[in-house]
Amino acid sequence: MNGFDYHRPATVDAAVAARRAAADGAYLAGGMTLIPTLKQGLAQPSDLIDLGAVAGLAGVTASGETVVVGAMTRHADVAASPEVRRAIPALADLAGQIGDAQVRNRGTIGGSLANSDPAADYPAAVIGLGATIRTDRRAIAADDYFTALFETALEPGELIRAVEFPVPRRAAYRKFSHPASRYAVAGVFVAEFGGRFRVGVTGAGPCAFRLTALEEALALGVDPAAADDVAIDSSRFNSDLHASADYRAQLVRVMARRAIAALAGR
Amino acid sequence: MSETGIGKRVKRREDVRFITGRGNYTDDISVAGQTYAAFVRSPYPRARIVSVDAGAAKAAPGVVGVFTGQDLAADGIGPLPCGWMVKSKDGSDMKIPARPPLAVERVNFVGEPYAVAIAETPEAAKAAAAAVETEFEELPAAASLAGAAGGPQIHPDIPGNRCYDWELGDAAAVEAAFARASHVTRLEFANNRLIPNAIEPRAALAVYSAATEEFTLHTTSQNPHLARLILTAFVNLAPEHKLRVISPDVGGGFGSKIFVYPEETAVAWAARRVGRPVKWTADRSEAFLSDAHGRDHLTTAELALSESGTFLGMRVRTKANLGAYLSTFASSVPTFLYGTLLAGQYRTPAIHVEVEGLFTNTAPVDAYRGAGRPEATYVVERLVETAARELGVDPAELRRRNFIQPDQFPYETPVALVYDTGNYQASLEKALQRADYAGFAARRRESEARGKRRGIGFSCYIEACGLAPSQLAIQLGAGVGLYESGEVRVNPTGSVTVFTGSHSHGQGHETTLAQIVSDKLGVPFEQVEVVHGDTGRVEFGLGTYGSRSVAVGGSAVIRATEKIVAKGKRISAHMLEASPDDVDFDEGVFAVRGTNKKMTFGEVAFAAYVPASFPDDLEPGLSEKSFYDPKNFTFPAGAHIAEVEVDPDTGVVDLVRFVAVDDFGEVINPMIVEGQVHGGIAQGVGQALLEHGIYDDAGQLVTGSFMDYCMPRADDLPSFEVDTTVTPCTHNPLGVKGCGEAGAIGAPAAVMNAVTDALGVKDLAMPASPERVWRALQAV
Amino acid sequence: MQLTLTVNETPHELDVAPNTLLVDILRRELGLTGTHVGCDTSQCGACTVHMDGRAVKACTVLAGQAQGAVVMTIEGLGAPGNLHPMQQAFQDLHALQCGFCTPGMIMSAIDLVRRSERLDENAVREGLSGNLCRCTGYHNIVQAVLTAAARM
Repeated sequence: MNGFDYHRPATVDAAVAARRAAADGAYLAGGMTLIPTLKQGLAQPSDLIDLGAVAGLAGVTASGETVVVGAMTRHADVAASPEVRRAIPALADLAGQIGDAQVRNRGTIGGSLANSDPAADYPAAVIGLGATIRTDRRAIAADDYFTALFETALEPGELIRAVEFPVPRRAAYRKFSHPASRYAVAGVFVAEFGGRFRVGVTGAGPCAFRLTALEEALALGVDPAAADDVAIDSSRFNSDLHASADYRAQLVRVMARRAIAALAGR
Repeated sequence: MSETGIGKRVKRREDVRFITGRGNYTDDISVAGQTYAAFVRSPYPRARIVSVDAGAAKAAPGVVGVFTGQDLAADGIGPLPCGWMVKSKDGSDMKIPARPPLAVERVNFVGEPYAVAIAETPEAAKAAAAAVETEFEELPAAASLAGAAGGPQIHPDIPGNRCYDWELGDAAAVEAAFARASHVTRLEFANNRLIPNAIEPRAALAVYSAATEEFTLHTTSQNPHLARLILTAFVNLAPEHKLRVISPDVGGGFGSKIFVYPEETAVAWAARRVGRPVKWTADRSEAFLSDAHGRDHLTTAELALSESGTFLGMRVRTKANLGAYLSTFASSVPTFLYGTLLAGQYRTPAIHVEVEGLFTNTAPVDAYRGAGRPEATYVVERLVETAARELGVDPAELRRRNFIQPDQFPYETPVALVYDTGNYQASLEKALQRADYAGFAARRRESEARGKRRGIGFSCYIEACGLAPSQLAIQLGAGVGLYESGEVRVNPTGSVTVFTGSHSHGQGHETTLAQIVSDKLGVPFEQVEVVHGDTGRVEFGLGTYGSRSVAVGGSAVIRATEKIVAKGKRISAHMLEASPDDVDFDEGVFAVRGTNKKMTFGEVAFAAYVPASFPDDLEPGLSEKSFYDPKNFTFPAGAHIAEVEVDPDTGVVDLVRFVAVDDFGEVINPMIVEGQVHGGIAQGVGQALLEHGIYDDAGQLVTGSFMDYCMPRADDLPSFEVDTTVTPCTHNPLGVKGCGEAGAIGAPAAVMNAVTDALGVKDLAMPASPERVWRALQAV
Repeated sequence: MQLTLTVNETPHELDVAPNTLLVDILRRELGLTGTHVGCDTSQCGACTVHMDGRAVKACTVLAGQAQGAVVMTIEGLGAPGNLHPMQQAFQDLHALQCGFCTPGMIMSAIDLVRRSERLDENAVREGLSGNLCRCTGYHNIVQAVLTAAARM
């Protein structure tokens, strides 16, 4: 691993300032992606700004209508959070399926979203719930956040503070795990807000996206079979050793069907 | 019988250090002044090295030296030999490409090392390795086995990339059998390439003493004496008596740590060159690229049957991928460890097998758990199951009709082996009962009601273990004998130190061999210590592979204990004024028959070292050794039954049940034996459902990390149901056969027979990955 | 950088480079070689230790992230004669062969038992999916964890 200057700021402002002052800085959250990347030499930042000591970035707060998850909240803490489990059990369920136990003990929601791995789990919930990404400078709507493969709407140095999830009437997440890495080959998050539906898909495309055709079909009736007939355009889906684009399209359909069945309590 | 004797579930004594973090693996060892090595590896599958500029690397901070293949060649080091000569059909010797420890003129696979940087820290060594500037001339590569014969010629002196074209069996008899067959079952398939992935990566720490001109090489070897022999007699590192190889605790091997590799060789050489100890530990990424891989066959197989389902003949054509060079025992794996097993458990009267060993621009392929025998079992058991389906006969019943019967032993197969004993149907019947075969139809209906597909598959495997009768092995081309050494040293206080040439890298020798000696000498288990893995302490050894440790190594120890007892009788006879012939030894007591005169083992031991009045023909001391050369292979066999449930929506195969009933002959420690079976099954299931080492068309390894190479995890597997039947081996003193590879040999065919049964397809390639299964269902 | 951390109840003040990994601090600086390294992609779990009471992969924690942390390694868990119930169960149930994955497996298993209200075979298998074992096929590991959970 190459050398770097290490910073451990105590406030968001200090973190952003340190990042701005660095020639080629990077924020360090849980490090579950960044540290292996540094080890392989695929990233060689001049400065690492560790967010581990920044006050106020970790934790969950819930009101009746929203659940706000601090950027440095660990996956394990979201999975175990009584507030999340009460308000959006599907979100806790999703967090409990990320990676493995040790990864969930270190990895954070902010780190995951800033990295925007096409096969990460959280993006499905962010899209599916229509969350708002709160940064040091603004609020970004989920639909505007994921822009391309490993690309987001974040500006250079922009720091995620928290993610605000609207509380749905009901929601469910189903995931098909990569047999080796345990990332999502396809993950589908379905949520209902008073008769209006949102469907977020991860793993299949270059970044998470909404399956609006299915959202419309669900508005006509919550039936798992809705997933069977909906058009899924796999022309831009990922295709690799473990899953072709065609197969991913099938998995999206099956995971959607199962999420809808869970939503319907079947 | 004591609670620690033969046949008891004795807890392993080695566990205490492992569960408390006190294991002593190679990377855990550090010595004063040690430096660190990092290797410079080829990024290309095939290229000419135009120039290597180590100037910047040598100038980097903390660098002690940077060396290339030419530096080793200039010192007369290398090439790395292959220890088994295989001859082609026409009688000609196999073609052996020179394999310098560090490549000199050409590189022939991605990851092949051609230079090494030595530095004060691992980080500095890696940085220096990265700073070596190399100009390559890229050459076209033969990356795939299928295209190897017609592809670019890898080695200048080896046309068609063909190492050998080997055959075994009677081709004319097979022709005749097929001519009169009423049914022929034919399959074409690949046996997928596997990457061993012992969780401890390979490592080496070499120390050279200028004072004594002695090397000490700590390394992750399954057979330290063989490593010493090869590094000295063939690689020219040092005179044999000036190299001590120590294999301390080794974190799994599965074959991959049998071989002498470039890295360990270069590290040892460099320790003398830089005058300081040198340490190297592979990253997992390096391990993927540079450990010897396993399997990788393309096979066409045919079984001829009579109208009544009697096997008449078998014809097998295999292309075997050897990788870019011949690793230490590579040539023997797809030939003598494969073709000879094609009779399986059956009376097939005529068998003919042809194997083409081919070079490709990939990592060398050599023995991996089972080594040839899983491939052979896959051929036989996929053919038999498929034939049963084609004939509409229950697959268990078709096997029963063709099993070698218990009264037919010793049984000579048409492929050069003589099975000493077995009862194959007994294992199958027990397995059928354990697997509730009778209830399968109901379970299948229940699965179908849930929209799932269920299948069941069998594998009645046989293996040849206890490698090997030296005379036969050497006749067949082995460069070494395959006996084993054992020494039993009784200390004056009556405690016992056992020295074995076998090596434990997880198998539990320190417990099992102590059980044997404690049992045979009547010495408390706690007072028997087992020493292994050090050429400076153990006289000689051929190491651990091929399920040989107890069958061969244990037999050597038994022979040595018999000599101890004989000497003890002479000593006690002298002390008790009787004839040795009148002394009986039982439960640790030497007693003169028909009298009340006796001496305990401890008293005899003490007398042996305090010989107050020994006659001239009785030497003091009580220490004996034996070199045990087996008379035959051993033939463990068993019946494995897999049951799977397939989700047709996703193609996911859920292994819901796995029953293994094995005949390992006598068992020393059932707990350890069951553990060996579990581990083998996991690797076999891994081959069938998860694992695949893939090179792309450009010759790059695309499954080069645990992110892409699917290792079986806890949640991929069920608990296993294991049981045994016993027909004792007839030719070794313990009646044991060996258990280390059974699971890996039996499981792949059982699982794939179950998967194809569930899908209703004739064949499916391994691994039966979800997408592959889903696609197969779309095509049905 | 100056690093203060407590390992196995012993406080340490160390001067380390910021790009040092926790596992290297343990193995190289403190000589605690019971924590192993089996991969370089944070998959195998052989390096699992407890940091502030949670199982983490020490190969994926930078020195600075361990600032002020309380770390427990296999060496701090229990010694011969005074074994932790999980260590004891691993020996009793033959849940290890080569021993290389064992320290990480034991540390993960303890974390799993502590944070689980109820454990069955499936939960153990899923809970240990961050630890690779190539020897045992996991069969006896699962039995050992269930046994230890009952004893703990």
